[in-house]
Amino acid sequence: MARIALLRDAVRDLVRDGDVVALEGFTHLIPHAAGHELIRQGKKDLTLVRMTPDLVYDQLIGMGCARRLVFSWAGNPGVGSLHRFRDAAQNGWPRPLEIEEHSHGDMANAYVAGASNLPFAITRGYVGSDLPKHNERIRSIRCPFTGEELAVVPSIRLDVAMIHAQKADRKGNVLLWGILGVQKEAVLAARRAIVTVEEIVDELRAWPNACVLPHWVVSAVCHVPGGAHPSYAQGYSERDNRFYRAWDTISRSRETFAAWMKRHVLDTEDFEQFRRVLVKTSGQEAA
Amino acid sequence: MIAERGYSPSEMMTVAAARMLKDGLVCFVGIGLPSKAANLARLTHAPEVVLIYESGPIGAKPSVLPLSIGDGDLSSTADTVVSTPEIFQYWLQGGRIDVGFLGAAQIDRFANINTTVIGPYEEPKVRLPGAGGAPEIACLAGEVLVILEHDRRAFVDKLEFITSAGFLDGGDTRRRAGMPGRGPTAVITDLGILTPAPATKELTLTSIHPGVAVDQVKEKTGWDLKVAEKLETTRAPEVHELAALRDLERRTAEKHSSRSTQGYKP
Repeated sequence: MARIALLRDAVRDLVRDGDVVALEGFTHLIPHAAGHELIRQGKKDLTLVRMTPDLVYDQLIGMGCARRLVFSWAGNPGVGSLHRFRDAAQNGWPRPLEIEEHSHGDMANAYVAGASNLPFAITRGYVGSDLPKHNERIRSIRCPFTGEELAVVPSIRLDVAMIHAQKADRKGNVLLWGILGVQKEAVLAARRAIVTVEEIVDELRAWPNACVLPHWVVSAVCHVPGGAHPSYAQGYSERDNRFYRAWDTISRSRETFAAWMKRHVLDTEDFEQFRRVLVKTSGQEAA
Repeated sequence: MIAERGYSPSEMMTVAAARMLKDGLVCFVGIGLPSKAANLARLTHAPEVVLIYESGPIGAKPSVLPLSIGDGDLSSTADTVVSTPEIFQYWLQGGRIDVGFLGAAQIDRFANINTTVIGPYEEPKVRLPGAGGAPEIACLAGEVLVILEHDRRAFVDKLEFITSAGFLDGGDTRRRAGMPGRGPTAVITDLGILTPAPATKELTLTSIHPGVAVDQVKEKTGWDLKVAEKLETTRAPEVHELAALRDLERRTAEKHSSRSTQGYKP
């Protein structure tokens, strides 16, 4: 049974330096609060896995938490580049970052393979692409039935999956809806899972086919309303597009980035306090 | 910039690209310019087009253009929303997509696309966002439309890095490589429309937008661009097309500049 815990305690007890960690979310339900807690606790040497690393990974990379990034698209959606990611990839600041690059179809399949306890995933989507030439983990296999050559990638196995969801009940059963990404697969491919939720309710009242993660596959559930901000939780909040734009300015130089992280993350106790500070500062920075 | 013609080159590009999308087709849409053109098609001549976004919405009918691939408007207006593994496995790899609609940072003579790095992969001059779902869309969709602005830095003779395959080295190299999809059928830019020559698969200028000179297109292309014997002139945007596009962009700007306050209270 999942324990209902403070995010601070869950991260302290369940994430270790050097772990393979995925904070998943496909634009929707991105676990920003969980990412901030990793930064506050100074977790390091992490292998960060995610299909679409965006702002929270830019923050983790810029704060030196990551040793390696496994990804398929790294950018600020609708805005442009991730400046901290680029600085790490091109200049090794604040520390060198190893890069393992895939495509979306490949990574989605690799999560399924991890959740399925299979050694590898198969895809047809790499024909003609140069990505396999630069990633020795993308290899090929001949179909024993048809002889067709197909690309294979090792399954994704995580030490910790971190996701944000709309609801949990008091036992720790988790319900999410809307754009689901690979969150269910990430949790099932992980040894430990931390889920932050918008609210904890007596009964989930989920439809039989709803995306529910049973409490016994989740290690900890943490009540963090708005914990996806500036991403969103459908039914609770809207994507804060202005903040995504503001991030382009905040993150452009090492100095403005470091100052922002200090004031908003390192010097705050938790996500609730972060949001209070952000409301005060966003008049100037998110304008 | 709106020229004396009453529309901008960028508007001409979006309208020309939208017209390429036939009503009723199933289209896997990239974010940005492809999404703008595909939604313009849906709001004008193609109300029954099915728009699929890689974040999972199938049959999305957004009221404004999404800023990100996973805006809430995409999922709340969709016929259904499926998980990311499902969208790539069942719907794209399963062969359900008629048209893949892509953007590009760079494109070459044979319509191969780069969105990964400029310069050597190990020590890039510019690190771009990467592949996303483009390699599999380019490989697996029935056909591919590409939309991007015409610029010498973007239209290069030969790519240093192919993220997503067009016709590889031209001729029948794509077919022999075993890709299920037919590959790019048109590249739409702010200057004209390029289509692959039937045998060589080399991108050829087959339609030029009104007021654009052939030399201008050649100058902005990084290889010796071939021009079709019967070069057509693209039909200028119709009043209703421009009105629909501008209305869509106005609504989009209003929506994305408003601050969300929900879930954001101290």
